Amino acid sequence: MDNKLEFVDVLRDVPGTQRKSDMGSFEYSHKAEITNVYPLTANEKLYQIQIIDPEMRKRFTFRPGQFVMLEVPGVGEAPFSISSSPVRHGDIELCIRNVGNMTNFLSRVGRGVQVGITGPFGTSFPVEEMMGQNIFLIAGGLGIAPLRSPILSVLENRSRYANVDIIYGARQPSELLFTYQYEMWRKFDIGLDIIVERPDKEWKGPVGLTTHILKEKIANPAISLSKDTYAIVCGPPVMFKFVCNMLMEAGIPMQKMFVSLERRMHCGRGKCCRCNVGSTYTCLKGPVFDYWSVMNLKEAI
Amino acid sequence: MIFRIIEKTELKELVDVMAVNRIIGPVQKGTGLDGKPLYAFGPVADFNDLKLDYTTTARPAKRYFLPSHETLCNFKIHENGWEKSVDFNIHEPHVFFGLHACDINALHKLDKVLLKSSFPTPYYAAKRMNMFIIGIECKPQPFCFCRSMGTDSALHGFDMFLTDLGDKYFVEVQSAAAFNFLKNINTSDPKEKDHARYMEVVAEKNRKFTATVDTTDLAKILDMEFQSDVWKYWGDKCLSCGTCASVCPTCYCYGVEESVDIDLKGAVKKKHLYSCNLIDFAEVAGGHNFRPESHTRLKYRYYHKHRGFAEEFEESLCVGCGRCSEACLAKIKVPEVIASIRSGVKPRGR
Repeated sequence: MDNKLEFVDVLRDVPGTQRKSDMGSFEYSHKAEITNVYPLTANEKLYQIQIIDPEMRKRFTFRPGQFVMLEVPGVGEAPFSISSSPVRHGDIELCIRNVGNMTNFLSRVGRGVQVGITGPFGTSFPVEEMMGQNIFLIAGGLGIAPLRSPILSVLENRSRYANVDIIYGARQPSELLFTYQYEMWRKFDIGLDIIVERPDKEWKGPVGLTTHILKEKIANPAISLSKDTYAIVCGPPVMFKFVCNMLMEAGIPMQKMFVSLERRMHCGRGKCCRCNVGSTYTCLKGPVFDYWSVMNLKEAI
Repeated sequence: MIFRIIEKTELKELVDVMAVNRIIGPVQKGTGLDGKPLYAFGPVADFNDLKLDYTTTARPAKRYFLPSHETLCNFKIHENGWEKSVDFNIHEPHVFFGLHACDINALHKLDKVLLKSSFPTPYYAAKRMNMFIIGIECKPQPFCFCRSMGTDSALHGFDMFLTDLGDKYFVEVQSAAAFNFLKNINTSDPKEKDHARYMEVVAEKNRKFTATVDTTDLAKILDMEFQSDVWKYWGDKCLSCGTCASVCPTCYCYGVEESVDIDLKGAVKKKHLYSCNLIDFAEVAGGHNFRPESHTRLKYRYYHKHRGFAEEFEESLCVGCGRCSEACLAKIKVPEVIASIRSGVKPRGR
C-alpha cells in the first residue's frame, strides 16, 4: 500500500479570477505605469498611475476613501489613499509625500516606470448616502489627499448635494496641495476656506489652525451644522480630536462624521497586524471610520 | 469517531510506515542548565529520536507553517518592466508527530484569521493543508494555563490523537488517511477497561494543572483598565525584545521588506514575523509612532490576544502554553499580568 501522503495544491481548483477570497489573488498585483508626475509642492507629487491591461483598467473600481497598495519591486510596498475620481477606474492618481524609503525612491522616478497596484482595500466615505445633505470636509496638511476623491465625486454629482464646504489648513502657503484646482472647486459652488499657520509675505488669507475657521463657521448663524450635515475629517493625528469634538458639539451626529486614519501597513489584507488600532484592523474596518466607531477604538486619535 | 488501541511496541512500526513522508516531531536538542532535557520540533530521522513524553518545546512548530523568514515572491527586472513569480514554499506534505492539544488549538486560531477570513493567506494555507497531525496527550507543566483558556483538549483538527495508557496508546482516529496508515500495523478495538483507563489518565492530567488565569469578562476588563497604571509597571519591566512573539504559537504579525539583487536584474520580497513589542511596530513613514512607550506596546499585545481577537472570533488568541512566560528575559508572566490588571494592584516584592 502506498503510504505517501498526497500533496494538496491550494491553487488547484482556483479559477483565475480576482476575487479577494481567491488565494491566487493574494500576491497578485496589477501591472501599472506611472503615466505622469505632477509636482505639487517641494515634497509632494501627484502620480497618475494607469493599470496597463485595458480590460483590467476598466474592471478596476473603487469607492472614494479606499486605498491601494503600491508596489515598487525591490523597493517596497505601501498603502496610499486614492486621490482621483472613481469614474476614472484604473487610471488613478496618488498624492505622495517624500517621507520614507519608498516614497523617496518614487520622488526620483518619472513617466513610464512600471509599478504594481493591488486593491482597492478598506472602507469608504458613503457618498451615496450623503446625497441631499450638506457636506463639510475638513482637511489638514496631507489629509487633503484621501479627501480629494470624495470631493471630485461630489463635484461630478454636484446637484445631488446641498451645501458643500471645505476647510483646508496647512503649515505654510508653500505646502498647500492642489492649489490649481481651488478656482474650479469654488466655481462649482463649493465653499472653500484655506488657512495657514505660518504665512509668507504674499499670503492674504486667514492665519491659524483649521479649528479657527471651524469656530467661525459654527458661530455663524447663517450656516447650520444640523443633523442634515455629513462631515469628513482627515489630517494629522493631533487634529482629529479637536475638530471632531467641535463638530459633535455643533450638532453633527457621530454616525455622520467620518475620519480617515493613517497607520503603518505591510499587507492591506488584515494579516500583518501593523495597522491595528486597539485591536481593529485599519485596513479592513477602516481607513474610513465613523466617529462612533472611533470613540470605541482605544488609542485611535 | 473511531477509537483504536496500539501496543507501545507497535509504535515504531507506525513511524516506519509513515517514514516515506517527512516527519516532524519533538526531539531532544540538548540539556538545560537544570539538567533537564531541552526539546524542539525537528525532523525525525529515527524512531528513537522521537520523544513523545516531552514536557514542552521552547518554540512551537510554527516555523513549519509560519516561518520567521519567508520569500513571498521574486521579481525579474528588465528594461521595460518586471515579472513576478510567486512560490508558497512547500512542496511535500509533512507529518507532525506528537503535537500537544495547545499547539493543535493554536492552529485552529490561526486558521480563523489566516484561512477562514477575507483574503486567505496562500503561504499559510498551502502549508496548513499539507499537515498530517498526530496529537499526543501532554503532562501539564507548572507554567501551563491552557485549561483556563479552554485549549487543554483538542476536539478536532488532527488526524490521530494518542493517549498514553501505560503499555499502550489509546488512539482517536479522525481521518481516512490516518485510518489507512493504521491498517499497516497491529491495532485492536478498545475494551471497556481501556475506556476506564483513558478516563483515569485524563482525570489525572487535569489534576496536575497548577497555573490559572481568570478569564471571566476579560475583554471587558481590559477595556475598563485601559488607563490603569499597572500597565506601566509591566511596561517598565518589558525589554521590548519580541521574544514572546517569536515563541508564541499564535503570533502571526509580520513585516515585509524588499531588496534588489546585486546584479540589478532581480528583486525579492520577503516577509519576516514581527512582534508588536518592538519599538517601530506602529511607526509610520515620517517618524510618527503610534505606540512609542513600552507599556503601550505590551498593553496592545494583551489587547490583541484577549480582546480584539475575542471580539472578532469569540475566543482569545492565546492557548495558555506558557512559552512566552518561560522565555521572557524580564520574567513577565501572562497569569501574573492578567491577575494584576484584574485587581488593579501591581505585584509586590518584585
